[in-house]
Amino acid sequence: MFRCRAGLARALRPPPRGRAHAVLQCHQLRCPSRSLMSSGAPGKAGNNLLLYLIVGGAATGTGVYVYKTLQDSKERYASRLARISRQSQDSEGAAPQETAAPSPHPKVPSHVPFLLIGGGTAAFAAARSIRARDPGARVLIVSEDPALPYMRPPLSKELWFSDDPNVTETLRFKQWNGKERSIYFQPPSFYVPVEDLPSVENGGVAVLPGKKVVHMDVRGNTVKLNDGTQISYDKCLIATGGSPRNLPAIERAGKDVQKRLTLFRKIEDFRRLEKISREVKSITIIGGGFLGSELACALGRRARTRGLEVIQLFPENGNMGKVLPEYLSNWTTEKVRREGVNVLPNAVVKSVSVSGNRLVIKLKDGRKVETDHIVAAVGLEPNVELAKSAGLEVDSDFGGFRVNAELQARSNIWVAGDAACFYDIKLGRRRVEHHDHAVVSGRLAGENMTGAAKPYWHQSMFWSDLGPNVGYEAIGLVDSSLPTVGVFAKATAKDTPKSATEQSGTGIRSESETEAEASEVPISQSSSPMPQVPKQGEDYGKGVIFYLRDKVVVGIVLWNIFNRMPIARKIIKDGEEHEDLNEVAKLFNIHEE
Amino acid sequence: MSYCRQEGKDRIIFATKEDHETPSSAELVADDPDDPYEEQGLILPNGDINWNCPCLGGMASGPCGEQFKSAFSCFHYSTEEIKGSDCVDQFRAMQECMQKYPDLYPQEDENDEKSSKDLEAASMEASAAKEEKASS
Repeated sequence: MFRCRAGLARALRPPPRGRAHAVLQCHQLRCPSRSLMSSGAPGKAGNNLLLYLIVGGAATGTGVYVYKTLQDSKERYASRLARISRQSQDSEGAAPQETAAPSPHPKVPSHVPFLLIGGGTAAFAAARSIRARDPGARVLIVSEDPALPYMRPPLSKELWFSDDPNVTETLRFKQWNGKERSIYFQPPSFYVPVEDLPSVENGGVAVLPGKKVVHMDVRGNTVKLNDGTQISYDKCLIATGGSPRNLPAIERAGKDVQKRLTLFRKIEDFRRLEKISREVKSITIIGGGFLGSELACALGRRARTRGLEVIQLFPENGNMGKVLPEYLSNWTTEKVRREGVNVLPNAVVKSVSVSGNRLVIKLKDGRKVETDHIVAAVGLEPNVELAKSAGLEVDSDFGGFRVNAELQARSNIWVAGDAACFYDIKLGRRRVEHHDHAVVSGRLAGENMTGAAKPYWHQSMFWSDLGPNVGYEAIGLVDSSLPTVGVFAKATAKDTPKSATEQSGTGIRSESETEAEASEVPISQSSSPMPQVPKQGEDYGKGVIFYLRDKVVVGIVLWNIFNRMPIARKIIKDGEEHEDLNEVAKLFNIHEE
Repeated sequence: MSYCRQEGKDRIIFATKEDHETPSSAELVADDPDDPYEEQGLILPNGDINWNCPCLGGMASGPCGEQFKSAFSCFHYSTEEIKGSDCVDQFRAMQECMQKYPDLYPQEDENDEKSSKDLEAASMEASAAKEEKASS
């Protein structure tokens, strides 16, 4: 819309002087030819011939110049592309051999009824949904990642708090109640071998790991893999997720800096960072959002026991500055500092270089940070490369594939998870990068791929923990630029994420809501809570924060209170204007001991 | 006394326990139990089993999914005095299948008992709730 307005303005403005001249010139050129024909005066013709030669020469000269410039631009463009792809190859230097040298798999079926591109949380949730609803369904997951589908939240939380020295191998984490689970959704025996998928009785889910879909033919309902294999499908889900963004300052910095950089997303990033955290003296995390703050707290814990320096720097005024209102963001920053992290807010990176054996980060305000390793947690770029060959729309505001309220991009193509920019009937078009959203949208896509035709309606939630003693759950549009109303009480020892998971028997809170329906939930027999002596500055012990858009609650943060998500979801679903939010806050029972 | 302060566009209320003990005047919109968009529990409004219920975990979608669905359906619709007593064959088929995947379906006896008891409990609760709804 903005573009339209600008164009209109341009059209209404008088044409610039140069162009007016050009118009006149053209007119002059045409006149001579007419006058040549009509008057036929030889003197004038001679003058005009000279004019033609000059203009013709100039035109040719211009033409040559333009052509050369275009060629140069093309060369510059091509070399820029080459540099970018070289850089991305370098940063993937640790990639396993399977992805580096693909060979055609002899037994990949040439056709599958359900093809899921991407092997993460959304794809797994969709596979489960399809299998539940369509008896005997045959589902193929094609994943660039060599690992079977797994959940990401523990990679920046629980796995770091594990006492098991083999945790990087097993990837199992003991939840607070002692129950252990793996980050993998299912063990390998759950899946059917790829070559057996067409024939296995009752169907199943097969995973083709370490392969990338590089081309999609929507008209022919086929895809092509990076090893040349072609697979046709009846229904397809795109769940390609995203890739971690990098800072331009770091991209420019060269190989020696890239060697000391982690872009955190996958299992191998966790393994690598865990090893590095035991070897170096100082790690700096760039980024003050969910991932950056969680990693900072996880590493900060190690800082205290192993003498590791942990620094976190970001442009905002405080941790979670884009999510929490300023007073709470400040409170949170103090909490992160108490976890052993040296937090530097209002820090914008200007350049990064290597000096001696250390990294030197220069900030725009002149400060310098010396460190051994950098973790960049500065956002996620949705993986939309397939949009080009598939002819799918990419959203210019939020990024990602544009889909409708039913997560559909085209008749047989759905998109779910981080890569989906979808229409939320209640809250408007958005793109959500959280675990529970991947589960909810993946499940919905699976339902719609098996004929349900349901829109996105069940609002997904998210959560974050800052160490084991402070945590929050949230739902809806939680944007710190919105006006907020926060209602707080004082926290006791019972109100921590630790006791929340003890009560519900799970570590991943999005499941705790749903599984509680089916089985008896034993209430933990923990000791009676001791009311904490109110400390100076610790006003925001527990409470609920409402985010408003035109007096309607569009987002809610449950601050250190748990298992109240259903009522929060209900309030957002209602979309009512409430006069007194303190009355709404009463529904949450924030003082409950 | 509850009190409140304003920091720019953000309002902060500190509420006492006594204040919040008085009933809330906030009004919530009545839910439509037959809303087709809503997430359903284990039993759908029309009485069918919602195989996609998150509460079932992966039971209906795994390698033994078909056997599980067949056994549980039989149990759900069973009108025998001892509910499910006519479903022994289906449960046996399910057991046999599950024994082939010990790491998916742990074979300790207590676990088997617990999981089938949980399902029975869930199904009982669901059918009791349905009866209540029908009679109200």
